[in-house]
Amino acid sequence: MNGDILSEVCGVAADVFAIDALSLTGASSPEQIEAWDSVQHLSLVLALEDKYGIQFAPEEMERMKDLGAIATLVRTKIT
Amino acid sequence: MELSDLRHEIEELLAGGEWREASWRLQVLWDKHGSAPLAGFAVTAYSRLRDQLKLASHRCAILRSFTVEPIVPILKACAFRWGIDLDIHVGEFNAYAQELLDGSSRLYAFHPDSVILAVRTHDLAPELEQGASYAEVVDRVTGQYAGWIRAFRGNSTASLIVHTLERPAITTQGVYDSQLMDNQANAIEQINRNLRKLAAEHRGIYFLDYDALVARHGREHWGDERKWLSVRLPVAAANLIYMAQEWMKFLAPLAGRQAKCVAVDLDNTLWGGVIGEDGMAGIQLGPEYPGAAYQAMQRALLDLSRRGILLAVSSKNNPQDAWEVLRDHPGMLLEPEDFTAMRTNWNDKAQSLREIAAELNIGLDAMAFVDDNPLERQQVREQLPEVMVVELPSDPLQYARSVRDCPVFERLTLSDEDRQRGTYYAAERERQALEQSAPTREDFYRSLAQEAEIAPVNALTLARVAQLTQKTNQFNLTTRRYTEQQIAELARRPGWRLLSIQVRDRYADNGLVGVAITCDRGAVCEIDTFLLSCRVIGRTIETALIASLAEEARARGARRLDGWFLPTKKNAPAKDFFAQHRFQLISESAEGQHWGLDLTSAEPRVPQWVRVFVAAEKV
Repeated sequence: MNGDILSEVCGVAADVFAIDALSLTGASSPEQIEAWDSVQHLSLVLALEDKYGIQFAPEEMERMKDLGAIATLVRTKIT
Repeated sequence: MELSDLRHEIEELLAGGEWREASWRLQVLWDKHGSAPLAGFAVTAYSRLRDQLKLASHRCAILRSFTVEPIVPILKACAFRWGIDLDIHVGEFNAYAQELLDGSSRLYAFHPDSVILAVRTHDLAPELEQGASYAEVVDRVTGQYAGWIRAFRGNSTASLIVHTLERPAITTQGVYDSQLMDNQANAIEQINRNLRKLAAEHRGIYFLDYDALVARHGREHWGDERKWLSVRLPVAAANLIYMAQEWMKFLAPLAGRQAKCVAVDLDNTLWGGVIGEDGMAGIQLGPEYPGAAYQAMQRALLDLSRRGILLAVSSKNNPQDAWEVLRDHPGMLLEPEDFTAMRTNWNDKAQSLREIAAELNIGLDAMAFVDDNPLERQQVREQLPEVMVVELPSDPLQYARSVRDCPVFERLTLSDEDRQRGTYYAAERERQALEQSAPTREDFYRSLAQEAEIAPVNALTLARVAQLTQKTNQFNLTTRRYTEQQIAELARRPGWRLLSIQVRDRYADNGLVGVAITCDRGAVCEIDTFLLSCRVIGRTIETALIASLAEEARARGARRLDGWFLPTKKNAPAKDFFAQHRFQLISESAEGQHWGLDLTSAEPRVPQWVRVFVAAEKV
């Protein structure tokens, strides 16, 4: 289940950052991805909120250190 | 088709270079699923098609008091979908006042075509949320806006879209607020009213009713309080698309993406059921459900027609069956006369649309198409990519809303000509009948009894003149597009003359149908713009106008009248204009032809069958 969500999260992130989804993994983080700045981080969060019909708290947004952490958070909200 | 399949298909088509196929699927994808998570994909895909699609470019600056960055890609995707390549500049946080007031700001350096001023009540007038003395706040805020708008007009000819202020979800004084005459809601409404008054004093200032937008989607659900408090974003993720779509309703007309005609299907679009099978008594059309959905649709189309958008029928039907419903069904809100062109036959719809466009003398890129059948829509999207296809959802109750939400039907100003457009076309049909019965061409011209009134542009005609420069493609020698602000600015320049021409004949007052702009340079009078609406082409009005220009130029001391023909894909009807009026070709390049007329010898004469009135100087 987490694997599916992770690949979906990678897909959304790839669209937001305009990069190839295959280059993203759970370990992908703002340090590695040049396009992942604070503005794009917000866009990513909003894209996920809209896609899954969920909302993230400010504290949760700060815990999103990499795509794996984001996928885990998404999973807790939709199950 | 599932979203993921459609995406996959688009990616493959893009990789294979099949841009036309990819392009119409992208339209469907965005129409059906347009949203924040899909914006990145759509923008990337459209960017790859940029060179293949005929996109209008438009520069838009967003001045704001809140976070708009996540809306930018969504807005770009919406714009791409309607054929606009948007270049966006986002102003610094809460720097809108400085940017508007300072002529050397980054805003003006960007040379925007349009500017969105997105400021919230909370940021502009926090007192309104704290129960201050409202009258003072109203005066202060109105005064601020007045200063900004004045400065903006002094510094730029761009259009300005101003968000009105929104009411708070909960008033500071609770229900007691409603008991007061001088209350919070009232103060905000007063400011908005004042803003509208301000706009009327200037050209090209438009209001986006932000309060109505928020209310339409539910005040409680519009924003996500945590996002507001943490990242200054007042719009919840799911509503970002609605903000972008609302902006598009302004940007589409400003970028010139406007439908002049909408061709509609009949069965299951204007009524429920199939007339050929269900018969008059069997189709659904009336004030009760399910017929009410179709009446709502007809009402939406009637509203478009009142904006000057021509209605046409494109239906696969027996003409008699269709005609019977249009004429006799008690549930019909639209009447046969509301339709300017009709194609009820068994041809494919692309063919019908081509014929309708030709009959009305408009480009296919000014045609919109409404049909409940996805296959018909697909066929039109495939064969006629210029046509603006409205995506209808499967539920008929949502048809009317889909039509009303379509940005290419929006108008920011309405001229008398727009409101009368349907009757012009009816008169045209009578003229054509006369033309066929008249023994000679001259007899036809004489019997038309045409009168042309040529007058300098004034405050009343400015909007229509700008509109004509924006929309006229065929009989247009230079196709220079001007906004109202630019027209006003040209009119103030010394040596420039901006003339409008109004034409009446025995059948109708055609209204303001032509524009000529000239500039005197020494002994030469140069024609900057010369255009006529297709409505009057072929009736020697062009000769009357050029003759009048020549006569006036000579009276002002000019020895030559010069003009250019700059060819476009569409202005072939104007190609021979100069040669026909005895101009001599001076030079020719890839860009176009330069023609001149020696005013010291010959000059064209006003045809004897056109009575020309030249109005006095500027009002």
